[in-house]
Amino acid sequence: MIRAVMVMNTQGKPRLAKFYDYMPVEKQQELIRSVFGVLCSRAENVSNFVEANSIFGPDTQLVYKHYATLYFVFVFDSSENELAMLDLIQVFVETLDKCFRNVCELDIVFNFSKMHMVLNEIIFGGQVLETSSSEVMKAVEEITKLEKASNAISLVPKSVSSWQS
Amino acid sequence: MGSQGGGWGLSKEFLDLVKSIGEARSKAEEDRIVLSEIEILRRRIIEPDIPKRKMKEYIIRLVYIEMLGHDASFGYIHAVKMTHDDSLLLKRTGYLAVTLFLNEDHDLIILIVNTIQKDLKSDNYLVVCAALTAVCKLINEETIPAVLPQVVELLGHQKEAVRKKAIMALHRFHQRSPSSVTHLISHFRKRLCDNDPGVMGATLCPLSDLISTDVNAYKDLLISFVSILKQVAERRLPKSYDYHQMPAPFIQIRLLKILALLGSGDKHASENMYTVLGDIFRKGDSSSNIGNAILYECICCVSSIYPSSKLLDAAAEVTSKFLKSESHNLKYMGIDALGRLIKINPDIAEGHQLAVIDCLEDPDDTLKRKTFELLYKMTKSSNVEVIVDRMIDYMISITDNHYKAEIASRCVELAEQFAPSNHWFIQTMNRVFEHAGDLVNIKVAHNLMRLIAEGFGEDDNGEDSQLRSSAVESYLRIIGEPKLPSAFLQVICWVLGEYGTADEKYSASYITGKLCDVAEAHSTDDIVKGYAVTAIMKICAFEIAAGRRVELLSECQSLIDELSASHSTDLQQRAYELQAVLGLDAQAVERIMPLDASCEDIEVDINLSFLSAYVQTSLENGARPYIPEDERSGMLNIGSFRSEDQREASTHALRFEAYEVPKPSVRAKSPVPHAPSTDLVPVPEPTYVQEVQATSFPSVYDAGPMEPKLRLDSVQKKWGRPTYSSSAPSASNSSSQKPVNGVTQVDGPGTTSSQKRDVPLSSRRSQVEISPEKQKLAASLFGGSSSKSERRSSSTGQKTTRVNSAAVKKSEVVTGTVTSAEQPSKKAAALQSPPPNLLDFEEQPTSSTTPTVDPFQQLEGLYGPNEVSSSVDHGAGRPSDLLTMFDTPTSDLTSSTTNLSQTDMSETNLLSSFSNPTNSNTQGGNMGTQAVPLKKGPNTQDALEKHALARQVGVTPSGKNPNLFKDLLG
Repeated sequence: MIRAVMVMNTQGKPRLAKFYDYMPVEKQQELIRSVFGVLCSRAENVSNFVEANSIFGPDTQLVYKHYATLYFVFVFDSSENELAMLDLIQVFVETLDKCFRNVCELDIVFNFSKMHMVLNEIIFGGQVLETSSSEVMKAVEEITKLEKASNAISLVPKSVSSWQS
Repeated sequence: MGSQGGGWGLSKEFLDLVKSIGEARSKAEEDRIVLSEIEILRRRIIEPDIPKRKMKEYIIRLVYIEMLGHDASFGYIHAVKMTHDDSLLLKRTGYLAVTLFLNEDHDLIILIVNTIQKDLKSDNYLVVCAALTAVCKLINEETIPAVLPQVVELLGHQKEAVRKKAIMALHRFHQRSPSSVTHLISHFRKRLCDNDPGVMGATLCPLSDLISTDVNAYKDLLISFVSILKQVAERRLPKSYDYHQMPAPFIQIRLLKILALLGSGDKHASENMYTVLGDIFRKGDSSSNIGNAILYECICCVSSIYPSSKLLDAAAEVTSKFLKSESHNLKYMGIDALGRLIKINPDIAEGHQLAVIDCLEDPDDTLKRKTFELLYKMTKSSNVEVIVDRMIDYMISITDNHYKAEIASRCVELAEQFAPSNHWFIQTMNRVFEHAGDLVNIKVAHNLMRLIAEGFGEDDNGEDSQLRSSAVESYLRIIGEPKLPSAFLQVICWVLGEYGTADEKYSASYITGKLCDVAEAHSTDDIVKGYAVTAIMKICAFEIAAGRRVELLSECQSLIDELSASHSTDLQQRAYELQAVLGLDAQAVERIMPLDASCEDIEVDINLSFLSAYVQTSLENGARPYIPEDERSGMLNIGSFRSEDQREASTHALRFEAYEVPKPSVRAKSPVPHAPSTDLVPVPEPTYVQEVQATSFPSVYDAGPMEPKLRLDSVQKKWGRPTYSSSAPSASNSSSQKPVNGVTQVDGPGTTSSQKRDVPLSSRRSQVEISPEKQKLAASLFGGSSSKSERRSSSTGQKTTRVNSAAVKKSEVVTGTVTSAEQPSKKAAALQSPPPNLLDFEEQPTSSTTPTVDPFQQLEGLYGPNEVSSSVDHGAGRPSDLLTMFDTPTSDLTSSTTNLSQTDMSETNLLSSFSNPTNSNTQGGNMGTQAVPLKKGPNTQDALEKHALARQVGVTPSGKNPNLFKDLLG
C-alpha cells in the first residue's frame, strides 16, 4: 500500500502532500521536513530508494525522483515493488506534463487542486488505480468538461502570466 | 511556461499570496504572510452571500495554508458545506478539501455521511467517483454499515471506473475492519472474472491482502491466477494496458506477489507456476525500468516458492545482470535479490564477490545499507570478523541514531553467534558499546555481564577466567577515556567489581582507585555511581574474606562520605552498606558477598514456609490470623493482587493498580503482613549460627535488595554462547522455573541418552575458522561460502548441538590451518595422533552419563593421519560425512544437502532446541543430588539461606523489572 505522496521543491517547500493514512498537520510537516533532510543530503547519480523506517516506522520504503526544481516522493510498504513505484512517479509526472504542457513548478503551485485530481485518478485509497497516463488524462479531461458544464457560474479566467514578467 | 490557469478562476489575491510566499526570505516571513492570510480568510469566509466561485477559492486557499503547516480548522465546516453543493465543481472541491482536512474520527464526519450516501446513488458517475474517494478516506468502522450497501451495489455499475473504485473502497473497508466485510469476500472472487481487465486488476489488491492472512482458503484460485498471468504475459490484453511496451506490468507484479504467497512451501502449487514464471523470465525486458521491476518480482517469487533449479538459474542470471548494471537502482535490486537467493543456494553469492564489495564501498548510502543487510544474512563463523568489523566502522561513521542502534544490535547478535575467540568478542563488544552504548537496549549490557559471569561455558573454567581477565584488562585500559556511554560504564564497573581482583593480577587498591575515578568523572550519573560503589564494596568484601586488611584510599573514603550524604537514597544506602561491610569479620563477609556468586541460583521460597513456626507462636499468643486482602470484607478490591489470577473473569471491575506487579514479591509478602521487616528472619533455632549472625547486622541484612541492577539469574538466556555452564546456573535455569514443585520437573524424562544428542562441536577457534592471511576482503567475505553457517541457537541457555558439515572440514583442510588447530578436547590423550580438528568431539561437561571414551573419537583418531598427510584429499570429507551420519540425523542432513543451508540452519536450530531439554534434563539429573534437598520440604535453614542469598545478590523480586520475572514464571 502507498502511504503517502509528497511533492516538494528543492528548498523543502511542500507543493503537495497526500497521506493515505490520516496524519495531523504538525506530523505532516515534521515528516516532510525529515524527508527533505534526507533527500537534500543525497548526491546525484545515486539510487532513487531510501529506507524510510526511521521516518515512517517499520516496513516503509521511500522512492523519490528529482525533476528540475521538484522532488516527487512516494512512500509505501513492502507490498509494493520499488521499481514499479519509480515508474508510477514517472506516470504521475508524465500526466502532469500532458496536463500543463511542459509542467513546471509554477503550474503546480497555482493548480495544486488539479494536481490532486490527477493523483486521485492514479492512486486511490493507497492502491494503484491507473497507470496509463493517457487514460488518466481522459478521465481528468472528462471531469473538467463536466465540471465546466455543470457549473452555471462563469468563472473569471485569470492568467498567471501577468506577474511572471 | 504558460500555465493553464484558465477555468481555475484564481483571483489576483491568491496569486499574490503564492508569489509573496515564494519570495519570502525566511520561515518567519513566510509565517507572517500566512498568518495574515489566515486572518483575512477567517473574516471573509463567514461573510453572508459569498459567490460560489469566491467560496471555492477560499477553500482552496485553506488547503494551501494547511499544506504549509498552519491550522485551518476554522474553515473545515465550510468545506463540509461545500460537499452539499449541487455543482459538480464545488462538490468535488468540497470533497477534495474534506479528504485532506479530516480524519475518519473527526466530529464533522457525521455531517458528511448523509451527503456521501446520497452521492453514491447519483446518476452522474463523476459524483459517484468523488463520493467513493471520500469514502476511502473518511469512513470509519462505525460508519461503514451506513454506506456499505451502496458501495456493494456499485460493484455492478456499468462504468468500469466506478466498479474499480468500488472494489478498492471495499478493500479499504477490509483494511479498516475486516469483520465488517467478511460476508462480502465472495464479491472479490466474482470481480476477478470481470470483463474489464482494469477491474480484475483492482481486485488483485484485496485478494492479495486476504491471501497473505489465510493462504489455504485461496489455493483454489491458483489456477486462475496462473492463467491470468499467462494471458497477460502473452499480450492478450488490449493495447491500452501496455506500459512502455510491457503488457499491464502492475497487474503482472501483483500476480507474481500473489503466486509467491500461494507457492510458498507448497510443492504442488509451485509446480503449477513453473512454466509461466519461466516464460516471464524469457520474455523479460531488462532494458526498461518496468521490465526490470517484473523480473525482480519474478526473482522474489522464485525464491519464495518451492525451488526449481531451472528457475533459480534464470533468477541468478537476472540477478547478476542487475549487479553488473551501471544503475544504482538495479544494483540495489540485485543486492536485494541476492539476499533472497542465497537463502536457497549460498553458492550464488560467490560469483558476485566483487560486485558486492563495490556496493559496500559505494557512496550511495541506501545501497550500502542494503549491502550490509546482505552481509548480515550471509555471516558465518568464517567471515564474521571482517563483516562485523566493517559494520562497526560504518556504524561509527553515520549519524542517524535509528540506524546506528539497529546496526549495533546486529553487530552484537553476530558477535555472540559467531565469535571466533573470547578476545575478539570482548574487543568487539567494547567497540560497539563505546560508540553506540547509549543507543543499544540496556538488556544487551546486562547480557554482556551475564556472559562474562557465566563464561562461554565450555567445560573448563580456565577459559572462562581467561575471558574474564581479558575483559578486565581491556576495561582497565579504556576506563579512563572520556565520554563513555553510561551502559558501558555499568558493565565495566560490574565486571571490575566481580572479577577485577579475581586473577590477582591487579591489587584491590588499584581497582578501587579506578572505580573511584569513574564515580568522580561521572558525578551526574547516579546509576554509574551506584555500580561503582557496589563494585568497590565487592572488592573490599573479597579482600576481607581472603583475610587481608582493607585500607580504603583517601579518595575512596571521601567518595563514600560524599555519597552517604547524597540526595539519592539508593546511593546513600550503598555507601552505608559499604561501610557496614568494612566493619564485619571475614566469615560474615564471605556469607554476604560470596566470591563469584553472581551466577549462583537463588531459591525464593515464596510460601515463606520458614515463617510458619513464628506465625504459629504468634497465633498461640493470641495474634489475629492473617486474612488475605481480597477476603477481607467491607474493603475495596484495591490492590488485591490475588485477583490477578481471576482478572480475566472480572474485567468489568475497575482496575486501580497502576502496574502489573510481579507475583512472587507480592505473594511473598502477603502471608506476613503484620510482621515488621526486622522480624523477617527471627527463627529462633540455635543451630543456624550463620543466619543468626546475619540477623545481628540488620543494617546490612535488612537493607532489602542491595543491588537492584543485576538480576540475571533465572532469566532465560537470550544470547551468548549456548552452554552448559560448569556451575549450577544452567541446571537451575530449568529447575528454578517452578521453584515450588521444581524437582519433579528436573528429573522428568531425563533418560534420553545425552550422548545420542551430543553432536560434535565445531571448534570456535579463530585459527581454524579464518585463514590467517586475509589477502582480500572478498576472500574473507566469501572464502568459505560453501561451508555451512552455524548459528548457535541463542534462545536457549544450553549448549547447542552444533553440526559440522563436511564442507567446513574440507575448506579447513585446504587452507592448511589444520595443523595449527588446537585440540580442545580434554581427552586428547586418548587420541593417537594430533587430530585434525575435523570432528572435534567434545566431552560433555558433566560427564557422568558420557562414556569415558567416545567411540567416535577413536574413529577420528584413525582417520586423523590420513588427512594430515594429504591435506587436499577430498576423501577426507567422506569418512567424516559417514561419521556425522552415524552421529545424528541432523548433521547427516546438513552435509548431504549442501544447497539448502538456510533450511538446514533452521532445522539445526530446531533440533538443537529439541535436544536442549534433554541436555538440561541430564544436567538436572546430575545436579539432582544437590538440588533436591535444597528445594524439597520446609527445610527452614535452606530456605533462610536462600532468602539471605537472594537479598545479597539482589534477586529478591522488588518489582523493578517485571520482565525478568515473566521469564521466571514462564
